Amino acid sequence: MKAVSAVKTFSQKQPLLFLFIAGAVWLALYQLLIPLSESLVSALPINRNSHLGDAFQFFFYDTPKVLMLLTCIVFVMGMINSYFTPERTRALLAKRGEGAANVMAACLGIVTPFCSCSAVPLFIGFVQASVPLGVTFSFLISAPMVNEVALTLLFGLFGWKIALLYMCLGLAVAIVAGWIIGRLKMENHLEDWVRDMPQTTAYIGDDALTLADRISSGFSAVRDIVGKVWPYILAGIAIGAGIHGYVPEDFMVSFMGKDAWWSVPLAVVIGVPMYTNAAGVIPIVQALLAKGAALGTVLAFMMSVIGLSLPETIILRKVLKLRLIATFIGVVACGIMLVGYVFNTFL
Amino acid sequence: MKNIKVLGSGCANCKTTVRLIDEVAKEYGVDIQLEKVEAIKDIVSYGVLSTPGVVIDGQVVHSGGIPSKNKIKQWFMQS
Repeated sequence: MKAVSAVKTFSQKQPLLFLFIAGAVWLALYQLLIPLSESLVSALPINRNSHLGDAFQFFFYDTPKVLMLLTCIVFVMGMINSYFTPERTRALLAKRGEGAANVMAACLGIVTPFCSCSAVPLFIGFVQASVPLGVTFSFLISAPMVNEVALTLLFGLFGWKIALLYMCLGLAVAIVAGWIIGRLKMENHLEDWVRDMPQTTAYIGDDALTLADRISSGFSAVRDIVGKVWPYILAGIAIGAGIHGYVPEDFMVSFMGKDAWWSVPLAVVIGVPMYTNAAGVIPIVQALLAKGAALGTVLAFMMSVIGLSLPETIILRKVLKLRLIATFIGVVACGIMLVGYVFNTFL
Repeated sequence: MKNIKVLGSGCANCKTTVRLIDEVAKEYGVDIQLEKVEAIKDIVSYGVLSTPGVVIDGQVVHSGGIPSKNKIKQWFMQS
């Protein structure tokens, strides 16, 4: 514990130097992962070339790899989040024309910190500052769905192409769905007390954060997020290790799922009432892929689990009338289904 | 005596914030009146965009995420 506080104090006194050193150390450790995992396996009384050996190597390699990636990304995001506060995001979006604003909102959803219990204050705050309804929805859709934990895990476990695809498709769904909802002009489906709230101007608030402060935010983010999700990651990788060791390589990357046409809508329908954090869904994703599910179906499932959460919807019921909520869920679910189909067809 | 309100609709982060503030107050022997504000309309009236939020003597000092013990200590030191 003393070492940790010494590092923290150093990071506050010499922020730039700390970042350089930390980056270099991280890179060095990352290079060591493969040799390290191999030597760990060889220390065990099993045949390295057996399935069991493969499974263990996968586990010993992927667990620290993913945890390191996650720590790095969460830390960097924590620093970025300290800049893109909800207040700043709101100020950037207020009174901006739709279309471009939807794109901005969806992108800002990635870098702005968001917790689903804050959905209501955030929604109301946006509305009060004259952020158009559709734009607010674009943000609300992309923020939970396209989050750094999901992207990092997809990248670490399935490669950069899948991570990039998830991000682009997620943004697309957020932009288009938000835009559509905006065009439906459903402002009068906000609860009355919300519409009666006074208009405010979007102020940015106290913004005197130094680099040292942002590093501190990074540390907090790592403690909060990695501290909470690491059990899920371990579980996810353990399942992946079992599959990796015992199932031929091509099977894992089989994009040719022999699914019936109804598998995509089914995945979305099952996913909507489910909610876990982004890390918790990964073990399920691994298992689904191993069972030969098509990648599009699996991505659609993942999006609907973490993007449309029943708890968040229930919370939003306080500010949105039933029709608007139904529209919101309906449009997003359709968008996700479309993503699933397009994917399955073209890959 | 400081009047401290923690704004939040009952999620784990908000409860942790209340507990932390209570602990720091006891640790430094600061006299406080601690309340939880859970009604959405009241939370929103303070203009915060993310919970948990902390309001001390009518002024918003924090919003979003659990405040660190250091930060809480600073609030108490600045009398």
